[in-house]
Amino acid sequence: MSAHEDSHSNPGSQQKEELLKHEPGGDPPRNGITRRGFLKGAGITAAGTALLEGVHGFNTAAQSTDPGVKVLGPGAVPVTLSVNGKDHAIQIEPRTTLAEALRIQIGLTGTKVICDRGSCSGCTVWLDKMPVNSCTMLAIDALGRHVTTIEGLSEAGQLHPVQAAFVKHDALQCGFCTPGMVMSCAALLESNSHPTEQDVRHAISGNLCRCGTYARIFAATLDAAGTSRKA
Amino acid sequence: MNAFVLADCTTVDGALSQLKDGAVVKAGGVDLLDRMKNGTAQPEKLVNIRNIPALRGIEETDKGLKIGALATLTEISEHPAIRKQYQILSDACGSAATPHIRNMATVGGNLLQPVQCWYYRSADFQCLRKGKDLCFAFNGLNQYHAIMDYRTCPAVAPSSAAVALFGLDANVELVSSKRGQRVVSIKDFYVHPDANPTKFAVIEPDELLTAVVIPKPAAGTRSAYQKYGEKDSFDWAIADAGVVLEMDGNICRKAIVTMGAASPVVRRSAQAERELTGKPITEATARAAGKAAMEGATPLSMNAYKVDLFPVAIYRTVRLAAGQMDRDPRAAG
Repeated sequence: MSAHEDSHSNPGSQQKEELLKHEPGGDPPRNGITRRGFLKGAGITAAGTALLEGVHGFNTAAQSTDPGVKVLGPGAVPVTLSVNGKDHAIQIEPRTTLAEALRIQIGLTGTKVICDRGSCSGCTVWLDKMPVNSCTMLAIDALGRHVTTIEGLSEAGQLHPVQAAFVKHDALQCGFCTPGMVMSCAALLESNSHPTEQDVRHAISGNLCRCGTYARIFAATLDAAGTSRKA
Repeated sequence: MNAFVLADCTTVDGALSQLKDGAVVKAGGVDLLDRMKNGTAQPEKLVNIRNIPALRGIEETDKGLKIGALATLTEISEHPAIRKQYQILSDACGSAATPHIRNMATVGGNLLQPVQCWYYRSADFQCLRKGKDLCFAFNGLNQYHAIMDYRTCPAVAPSSAAVALFGLDANVELVSSKRGQRVVSIKDFYVHPDANPTKFAVIEPDELLTAVVIPKPAAGTRSAYQKYGEKDSFDWAIADAGVVLEMDGNICRKAIVTMGAASPVVRRSAQAERELTGKPITEATARAAGKAAMEGATPLSMNAYKVDLFPVAIYRTVRLAAGQMDRDPRAAG
């Protein structure tokens, strides 16, 4: 049942995302002018300022005296999120999804948000080694866990075997689903180093590729598993 | 999504103390975030129960199985004892949504998700289930709606886990700070929209679902669940069947046949069960059960196909439960 998905394309969300990038500790510094950087520079408006005030809003919620309860928000609260082996001190509202925290606060835009409803798995990241939809969980629920994004998959400048196999098999067309696909396929190999094609199909059954590159994704993942075996 | 206060709780008592003034429980958050993004839920305060250790875990006791409300669908579907003795439940939890959602979604949240009717899920439609007086599905798009047991709202039961738990005669444990604990049979847990369109289950706003308790199956019990959808993944069932057979040699002593996508609340089909009870499970009796399950079906304008699909789902799942047929490769999950 997907008719309700239509309402996800709330016209304000894109603009909000760009505006929110003014958070301190946002995108890492880059050389030259990027599309994203340009939009950031051009995007401040009165509405944007109001939005930012909301983000930085003071935490006025009454604190509980119960030791089993910690009351947070609605304004931003300081937290430390462990991503790709590094601790990031960021300010997030309780409503911030993990995908928003990764993309907007930390600047790791490799994680793609497509449906924002958990129905396409484009935003797949690992919570410890478990693949999850980062759009469908609160960032606060990732505290104390190790988050791995597509940026954290390669080691010492070497592509992860699944990434290398995607290149070798040309397992992408438009590429927008690719970070999520790679994270799902790599997670499979973490738990099952000798998968069958059926295992791969099952592991990515939530990942949608509108270009229909599935056959090459299966081939790349099986090939990567072979690579892993040799390693 | 609206801004909210989050009460992050580590104890059941702590969570219960926060459940007042419209506060809403959040466990995995999967369905709740969906409704908040759609604008159909705008709670000012969430009570996060995700970090309460007492609500975790799957425990085998001499009486059966106790599943903490926070057990994820993945944990349930992969649990060795559940796969062996409660296959209907591992099948149902393993075929819901997508692998990644199953890693986050909890059994408590799965049981408590409101209907997935697109009118209910859209902020643009103020329907009967939101306290207004009109159901849009009767004269609108109703291809995924009920074919039985509806008068006021034909949105179907959304929880796959519930289809299995009806078959297993499970109980649900609820607790509130004022009234303490109560145990409710899954059969009495859901509220039919004809009785009260805005209340989906008997759980009260100040109550927490803490566990699901399943009695030990009788010797010779075999079970299965299969779900059919338009897609292999991330889709609710268009037809599904849960089957529990108590076998005595070749003869079925007791049969339970359940369906989720046929009616507003999970339906046990006494007609289908009658066709199997006291008889051997064969191609003929399994077919008869599927056919009998559709007695009295009154499809809407766009869902007559379900009357053809359910008998096949039931037939194949009865044979699967009896060990006479492999899992249908065309079933979802």
